[in-house]
Amino acid sequence: MHVTSQIREPLITGGKTMADVSEDLCRQVEGKPSKSWIVAFTVAVSVLTIGAISAGTLLWEGVGVWGLNKTVGWAWDITNFVWWVGIGHAGTLISAVLLLFRQKWRMSINRAAEAMTIFAVICAAMFPAFHMGRLWLGFYWALPLPNTFGSLWVNFNSPLLWDVFAISTYFSVSLVFWYIGLVPDFATIRDRAKNKVSKMIYGGLSLGWTGGAKDWSRYESVSLILAGLATPLVLSVHTIVSMDFATSVIPGWHTTIFPPYFVAGAIFSGFAMVLTLLLITRKVFHLEDYITIQHIELMNIIIIVTGSIVGIAYITEFFIAWYSGVPAEQYAFINRATGPYWWAYVSMMTANVVSPQVFWIKKIRTSIVATFILSIIVNIGMWFERFVIIVTSLHRDYVPSSWAMFYPTKHDVGMYLFSFGFFFTAYLLFSKFFPVVNIAEVKSILNTDGEKTTD
Amino acid sequence: MTTFDEKYTFTAKTKRSLAITLAVGIVLLVVGIFMNMGDGGHGEEHAATAVSEQLVASTGRVVSEAAAGGESHETATWLKRLYTDLWINNMFFVGLGVIGLFFFALQYAAQAYWSTAMLRVAMAIGNWLPFAFLLIIGVFFVGKHDLFHWTHDYLYDPNSPDFDAIINGKKAYLNMPFYLGRMIVFLGGWYMFFLYMKKHALAEDIEGGGIERWKKIRSSAAWFLVFFAVSSSMSAWDWVMSIDTHWFSTMFGWYVFSSWWVSGLALITLLVIFLKEQGYLSIVNENHLHDIGKFIFGFSIFWTYLWFSQFLLIYYANIPEETVYFVERLTTQYRPVFYINIFINFVFPFLALMTRDSKRQMAILKIVSVIVLAGHWLDFYLMITPGVMKYDGGFGFMEIGTTLIYLAIFLWVVLNNLAKHPLIAKNHPTLQESLHHHI
Repeated sequence: MHVTSQIREPLITGGKTMADVSEDLCRQVEGKPSKSWIVAFTVAVSVLTIGAISAGTLLWEGVGVWGLNKTVGWAWDITNFVWWVGIGHAGTLISAVLLLFRQKWRMSINRAAEAMTIFAVICAAMFPAFHMGRLWLGFYWALPLPNTFGSLWVNFNSPLLWDVFAISTYFSVSLVFWYIGLVPDFATIRDRAKNKVSKMIYGGLSLGWTGGAKDWSRYESVSLILAGLATPLVLSVHTIVSMDFATSVIPGWHTTIFPPYFVAGAIFSGFAMVLTLLLITRKVFHLEDYITIQHIELMNIIIIVTGSIVGIAYITEFFIAWYSGVPAEQYAFINRATGPYWWAYVSMMTANVVSPQVFWIKKIRTSIVATFILSIIVNIGMWFERFVIIVTSLHRDYVPSSWAMFYPTKHDVGMYLFSFGFFFTAYLLFSKFFPVVNIAEVKSILNTDGEKTTD
Repeated sequence: MTTFDEKYTFTAKTKRSLAITLAVGIVLLVVGIFMNMGDGGHGEEHAATAVSEQLVASTGRVVSEAAAGGESHETATWLKRLYTDLWINNMFFVGLGVIGLFFFALQYAAQAYWSTAMLRVAMAIGNWLPFAFLLIIGVFFVGKHDLFHWTHDYLYDPNSPDFDAIINGKKAYLNMPFYLGRMIVFLGGWYMFFLYMKKHALAEDIEGGGIERWKKIRSSAAWFLVFFAVSSSMSAWDWVMSIDTHWFSTMFGWYVFSSWWVSGLALITLLVIFLKEQGYLSIVNENHLHDIGKFIFGFSIFWTYLWFSQFLLIYYANIPEETVYFVERLTTQYRPVFYINIFINFVFPFLALMTRDSKRQMAILKIVSVIVLAGHWLDFYLMITPGVMKYDGGFGFMEIGTTLIYLAIFLWVVLNNLAKHPLIAKNHPTLQESLHHHI
């Protein structure tokens, strides 16, 4: 027997039946692409193409086409890397952590969030890969192979290598998680397919799913096991990314709070990106009954919580830098706020710490327009956070004669556009050919509201 | 089948056990003090020279303090050790008390249902807060110069030979009025939130109130969580980190919180099992225990994660003013405690609670909870003792005695309050869900 308390609101609205669910969620997969989809896709591919010029130039000429200099040896590249990895945290958090916490509202949003995760992680991986210059060699340079192979042994002491392991593991697990969730839905599309080609393609993708009790039992066990494995993975990935900085002795980078605070920041930006994408998806595909205001509100609450954790971490860092009495630390933080990059610091503080606090007001956190605007502001803020941490800590080198500024070139911008182009192209392809909401799981939570008893 | 009006009776038998615990604690403490008085601070010179050689280049702190100790009037070692033990227990038990409230608030904020039947147990733990308030302030006033190096005026006097420029730089934060003000605001604030939420939770039994009252408690729970997010970190800096006055770590606040949190979860589990064994709380079954077992398992790993992050980053950068904290704990008599701490707070609960079955059996949960509680007590021992006692610290009858005394009084307060109100929040809107919880 199952009881639902009166404090719960229905997760799926509009009195949907099982058939409605299949119909609503398969529609865009089965139909012709809509006009808005074609327009969006054209834009995304154009951005990708423009970005590809920069990517090509970089491969041909080398990383010198970026604006890096001797003092600021890391700037937009690693900022973008950390930013994208951060965004890639929400998907697995939603599918794994929220599954362990039995949060049923995750079921309407997990599919799109996981897809977003996978594309964001690919975007992230682009930057270190391109930074290696010779991309075609980089793939095995990053692998732990002995010297006799022709490359050098990788440096096991370096957190950059730990990144290789952490991110590739995370990517694989996220991909498997996402795909397993898709299997029953592929089978649904296969069974509904009218033409041979889609029957064959979706039939292949569904791996012979029959929908029998045994299939479901295995599906549920594997989801739980993957959730258990993915939860520490979500934490480990951004922990290790934070260690790229924190294991060093650079003032502003070396601080012990980095690992958990980076994880919180990653979830913060990831949820913001999920909101940005889903608010559009929901509108274009008419999914208002599946991704309800309640879903949006709950995601906004996660944004307040993680945004506040990040805010506390900023203040803690600032305070401890002063408290430590270490002049270099104190200078690093004062310079962040008042030095030549003060505008980046102000953007970070307003966008990340101040702006999410407006979600305390119920009217704002249940407003679609406000949520959409804030979700973008948060991600601008999170980009600036990484930029502030990376560039302002580096640009004042130990010797004042080495002090420098970083100015991005058009290829810095171009590579960033390239990642955006890829991200949106991939997301649009996904949303056209795969169901953006988990059909099978949503069916299991129809009618779960208000003081009811069901068997 | 179940009566929602059941009330816990604080039996004479339980009272007797607690009284015996208290008596044993007092005897052990007195014996420990006498043993210590005869002992003096042996081994001080030997250890001081050995370690100071490693540290002299970095901070010079150990040397200067050893020198200062020789000149100025020193508190007797046994008394200093007594203050230390009192402070360890103050920190450990205030954590348990506030986690009772935190757990309660978190369940409302998260709209949880699995834990509804345990809410009253968590709430009862919060009754320790006023006692913690008095004990912390009392012990601070009596022992502040021994516990907190920064409380000495000569450190801030540029003409004094013991002037400390680094500590002088922290004066804006570490000064008596501001420090005491924070102490009163944090402890007082926690207690105020506790009284408010308790009042509404109990009124719900009599007046009902359903979803409206639930929302009211939820909103005060949310405010408490905000207040606690700030105050838990700051109190950790104030009450624990400032003992090692020169040292700093941005992680420290969250680290102390994680230690408190996992101890609090273990305590709630133990109390629930204790009640079940006496025939109460029959509505809590293995499904609910499984969930709280998962929390102990998960947050033991979380504690380890924070422990490891803090350790690794300091170890890796190898900056002397930061590593000194671990050097003091790894190259001295505290070394075994350092390793035991990781073993019993991570390895043990990780292996013991890994399987599903182990989280569903009271016998195993009971053992794990006791060990986790002892382990996090040791964690606080390790945070506090080396900073105060330097090379004179030890572990013996005094530590066990004071802890037993605190434990007996703490449990008396908690159980006595538990007996005053119904054990189950019968009008709680998620109680029915909790009754049908099955995993």
